[in-house]
Amino acid sequence: MTETMNTNSIIEMSSEGYLKDPMQWTPEVAHTIAKEEGIELTDLHFKVLLYLREQFLNDVRLSIRRIGKSGIVTIKEFYSLFPGGPLKKSSRIAGIPKPASCV
Amino acid sequence: MKKLLIIGAGTAGTMMLNKLHRTLPAKEWEITIVDKDLLHYYQPGFLFIPFGIYKPEQVVKSKEEFFPKEATAIWDEVSQVIPEKNEVRLASGKVLAYDVLIIASGTTPRPAETPGLNGNLWYKDIFDFYSYEGSTLLAKKLEDWQGGRLVINLAETLIKCPVAPLEFAFLADAYFTNKGMRDKVEILYVTPLSGAFTKPVATEVLSGLLDKKKIQVIPDFYLERVDEERKEIVSYDEQRVPFDLLVSVPVNMGADFVEESNMGDDDDLNFIPTNKHTLQAKEFDNIFVIGDATNVPTSKAGSVAHFMAETLQENVLNYIEEKPLEASFDGHANCFIETGFGKATLIDFNYDTEPLPGKYPLPVFGPMNLLKESRLNHAGKLMFRWIYWHRLLTGKELPVSSNMSNAGKEKQHRPHEDPVVV
Ligand SMILES: Cc1cc2nc3c(=O)[nH]c(=O)nc-3n(C[C@H](O)[C@H](O)[C@H](O)COP(=O)(O)OP(=O)(O)OC[C@H]3O[C@@H](n4cnc5c(N)ncnc54)[C@H](O)[C@@H]3O)c2cc1C
Repeated sequence: MTETMNTNSIIEMSSEGYLKDPMQWTPEVAHTIAKEEGIELTDLHFKVLLYLREQFLNDVRLSIRRIGKSGIVTIKEFYSLFPGGPLKKSSRIAGIPKPASCV
Repeated sequence: MKKLLIIGAGTAGTMMLNKLHRTLPAKEWEITIVDKDLLHYYQPGFLFIPFGIYKPEQVVKSKEEFFPKEATAIWDEVSQVIPEKNEVRLASGKVLAYDVLIIASGTTPRPAETPGLNGNLWYKDIFDFYSYEGSTLLAKKLEDWQGGRLVINLAETLIKCPVAPLEFAFLADAYFTNKGMRDKVEILYVTPLSGAFTKPVATEVLSGLLDKKKIQVIPDFYLERVDEERKEIVSYDEQRVPFDLLVSVPVNMGADFVEESNMGDDDDLNFIPTNKHTLQAKEFDNIFVIGDATNVPTSKAGSVAHFMAETLQENVLNYIEEKPLEASFDGHANCFIETGFGKATLIDFNYDTEPLPGKYPLPVFGPMNLLKESRLNHAGKLMFRWIYWHRLLTGKELPVSSNMSNAGKEKQHRPHEDPVVV
């Protein structure tokens, strides 16, 4: 699936709405996806997003637990920033793949 | 004499002991294995015990039975590894020196990590089936249970054998149906992930099973605590799910000595940073890690430990001979998923390829069905116990290749999208 975004460029998305190429991510892309999720991004959101991207690019497996240990936000704060499914929403906004199990 | 030390005589450690015993020159190398527990549990059998399919005694043997006769075994608990000194400290106070260390200490359920989980209701209305004790006590509980709300909950995303809780749900459906009381039991599957299935193709092919078996899924539920008074599990965002019987997969953690030695990764779950291809510890050249103890991004499963063992055997020899660590593990996992009523499905995947439908070509068992329910797959799952005791642990060749093969798989229109992160 290809989606045209408001950012004057074409970003390829997976069938589940995640960026196919994490390197295409920009803060504008984040704002656009966040809007779809009904989230207005603040500085604290961006701190979390950048942490997620850095971890992902270092081949680290991400979990809610790890974000709670990151020193950036507690698990409760993470939930209030990205209500509902915080890891899947923040991963989508951070332009990294969907958190998944083996099946 | 040089010293090779293995910590943990479970699935992976026992395999490595046998393989290295056969390949390392006995005149130059002394191999020692240390474990805190004399008994070897066939953990995949824990899934079947609650439903009376296996008797507890079918899943336990003496560890020593699987060691080469000449092997040196030490029965003690490792309390700390000191990589700077190439030393391992034991609970008894003894210190073991090593030239090469293999860590195979696995992972265990830790109900104490979640408030209220192993309090007053533990082993009364809350059970785990990831331990021998839990699964045998749960069998007794299910025998006389009159029905109600059965809640199956995963406390964390990173657990060993990630399909086991789903298999538990399928087997529970079959068990209560066969007892003629399925209408008295509500089965709920409560997961921190976005669904019972998370991979696009597996979701498409398998999610119908849940509807068919009337298993209700509650996704995106990340457990914070158990409200013992109200008998409810409570998530970090205050969702509450009431239960009559809670079957929990508690937080899984690696051995305590990993924390004591400051060797764990940032999850604080005591898993050791490991090169996902060579299986060398990221920070220490003469330490290798195998099985559930690693932090590599594939499933924690016995089949994975088996595939890793082939790579590790080669790389330990490479290391000793000062050659580059050329053997490369591809993340290969191969798991049967019991679906109840004498059927199972089979998945096969690695770091780069999600589970796909098709046939799994095996010289001995013939074609098994991938991502499809069949009786043959179920026979394969039960056969695995025999293979485990008689072939796998002693490090004998199995009729499967350790790197994943795409032969027999159906090509998907959709390219692989997301790597396995759990
Ligand atoms: C319910 C259930 C179902 C499963 N089903 C399947 C399945 O169908 N297919 C599959 O492939 N896998 C399955 N598995 C997973 C499989 O059993 C494990 O992945 C496998 O046993 C891992 O092997 P290991 O050697 O890494 O760890 P283990 O086999 O757990 O061995 C670790 C060893 O280290 C020892 N140890 C730990 N700490 C210390 C210490 N401090 N000092 C000394 N010794 C120590 C322990 O006593 C133990 O002997 C299942 C697991 C469970 C719980």
